[in-house]
Amino acid sequence: MMRTVISLAALLVAAGTAAAQERPPQAVIDAYLKATFGKASAEWQARITPDESLSVCNATRNNPSSAQGEAMMKREQARVVYPADGKFLGDWKKGYQVANNGRGGQFSDPPGTVSGGNCFACHQLDPKEVSYGTLGPSLAAYGKDRKYDPATIKDAYTKIYNSMAVVPCSNMPRFGVNKVLDEQQIKDVMAYLFDPESPVNK
Amino acid sequence: MKLPIIGAAALAAVMTVAAGPLTAQSPPQDESEKEIERYRQMLSDPFSNPGFLAVDRGEALWAEKRGAKNVSLEGCDLGEGPGKLEGAYAKLPRYFADADRVMDTEQRLLWCMDKLQGLDTKDVVQRRFSGPARASDMEDLVAFIANKSSEMTIQPQLSHPKEKEMAAVGEALFYTRGGVNDFSCATCHAEEGKRIRLQGLPNLSVKGKTAQETMGSWPTYRVSQSALRTMQHRLWDCYRQQRWPVPEYGSDALTALTVFLQKQAEGGEIKVPSIKR
Ligand code: HEC
Ligand code: HEC
Repeated sequence: MMRTVISLAALLVAAGTAAAQERPPQAVIDAYLKATFGKASAEWQARITPDESLSVCNATRNNPSSAQGEAMMKREQARVVYPADGKFLGDWKKGYQVANNGRGGQFSDPPGTVSGGNCFACHQLDPKEVSYGTLGPSLAAYGKDRKYDPATIKDAYTKIYNSMAVVPCSNMPRFGVNKVLDEQQIKDVMAYLFDPESPVNK
Repeated sequence: MKLPIIGAAALAAVMTVAAGPLTAQSPPQDESEKEIERYRQMLSDPFSNPGFLAVDRGEALWAEKRGAKNVSLEGCDLGEGPGKLEGAYAKLPRYFADADRVMDTEQRLLWCMDKLQGLDTKDVVQRRFSGPARASDMEDLVAFIANKSSEMTIQPQLSHPKEKEMAAVGEALFYTRGGVNDFSCATCHAEEGKRIRLQGLPNLSVKGKTAQETMGSWPTYRVSQSALRTMQHRLWDCYRQQRWPVPEYGSDALTALTVFLQKQAEGGEIKVPSIKR
């Protein structure tokens, strides 16, 4: 039994090394990025400069080791800013607008465009809305299924503010940390998930 | 000849609604898919696919004497020898010894315009993507050249060290996240059967049929844009959706991604210009 476990571990290490060897040195990759994006403004350059967590995700193709994952969740948790007034839920009707809006952050967006959360791109929310994506799990009846439990409400705020505080290398955007959504927008989209009157819970 | 084009405009109007997968509400996919299928059948006659108009324009441009040297592109070597077009696109991007670089079709064309014709390519690059009142030499030329490899198979060139580097960097770039949403190509193209809103997303992270059918269908006539589009435009649009900065036209990261995608699509049949939403 013990031996099987050890050899499996050895195998995994070997596989990891092989994958890492295929990846060209970062300096080579960076030269390509510079050739293609080097003329962008300093602000745009900063957006594609990976932070510590993204660097790990890039190097491991979103499969960090458990040690890397632990460190990442701790680091990202420290970046979550909770509402000073202790309230997590805003207006679900405005939250729908946030969830339904996919604008913002694209080079084609006019300056001053208000960013949306684009939740429908990846999640089912209101079960009556047929146009939803499947990159993330269904969030239909999210609040109702969780009995509107306060601890769950705080966890969901954490998730939306910084998905990687909950799941290392999550594919979901880090809306608060990356300043895509402000606190009020997050509260509103939270209400869309947790207000008993929201279509999500009907 | 006229009718299908009117049809294209009408369908474009319907499809524009579905064209904003990240923003607009789309009509149910079934309906649009059915409509496209009907349209595809209507256009199986090559003489009525508007993409073939681009092929014709490209053929004329290829033979036109231009630039300071007043010569045509007919002496341009796309990898199979000067002026030899049959099968050239199927092996692009590839390494060119005279430039000591790996180039895709667009990069090679710009090189030939500069070196062979002495043509100032600034205006050509300005018109890299066609618009309502703006033709694109590049789109037309690529349509013409790619069509000369139609019904051939995708043969990625991976023997030269620089070609190998391109493939490896392209693969790494496919998984490189960034922008305000932390997206990489893999966010949207690394799982089976996923969609964004109602837009189906091809899984390009594995070799095989999906990658083959995807890569074998570019360049394509985009009904929603009433324009012939090449891989340069597709990658430009995906980097836009990825919330990355504007990628430089005909630059190395785009070529690297194309080499990687061609590798995923090895052996796929090229059928171009195709027609898409
Ligand atoms: C690009 C895709 C994407 C977008 C956009 C996105 N998510 Fe997610 N989301 C995911 C994925 C993938 C998961 C599951 C993996 C994980 O938890 O990281 C997830 C998980 C979640 C969860 C946890 C579900 C659970 O298991 O309890 C919540 C809550 C959530 N998302 C809310 C939102 C909200 C609200 C928005 C918009 C403001 C949003 N998401 C936008 C991809 C996305
Ligand atoms: C946020 C989502 C998103 C990201 C990130 C993204 N794409 Fe796409 N991609 C799409 C969508 C949606 C389509 C289909 C668009 C359509 O049909 O109009 C698409 C289409 C494509 C196609 C053509 C598919 C076909 O059937 O013809 C290719 C090739 C492609 N993407 C490659 C890439 C590469 C390479 C990257 C990274 C540089 C990338 N994509 C990043 C959403 C994305």
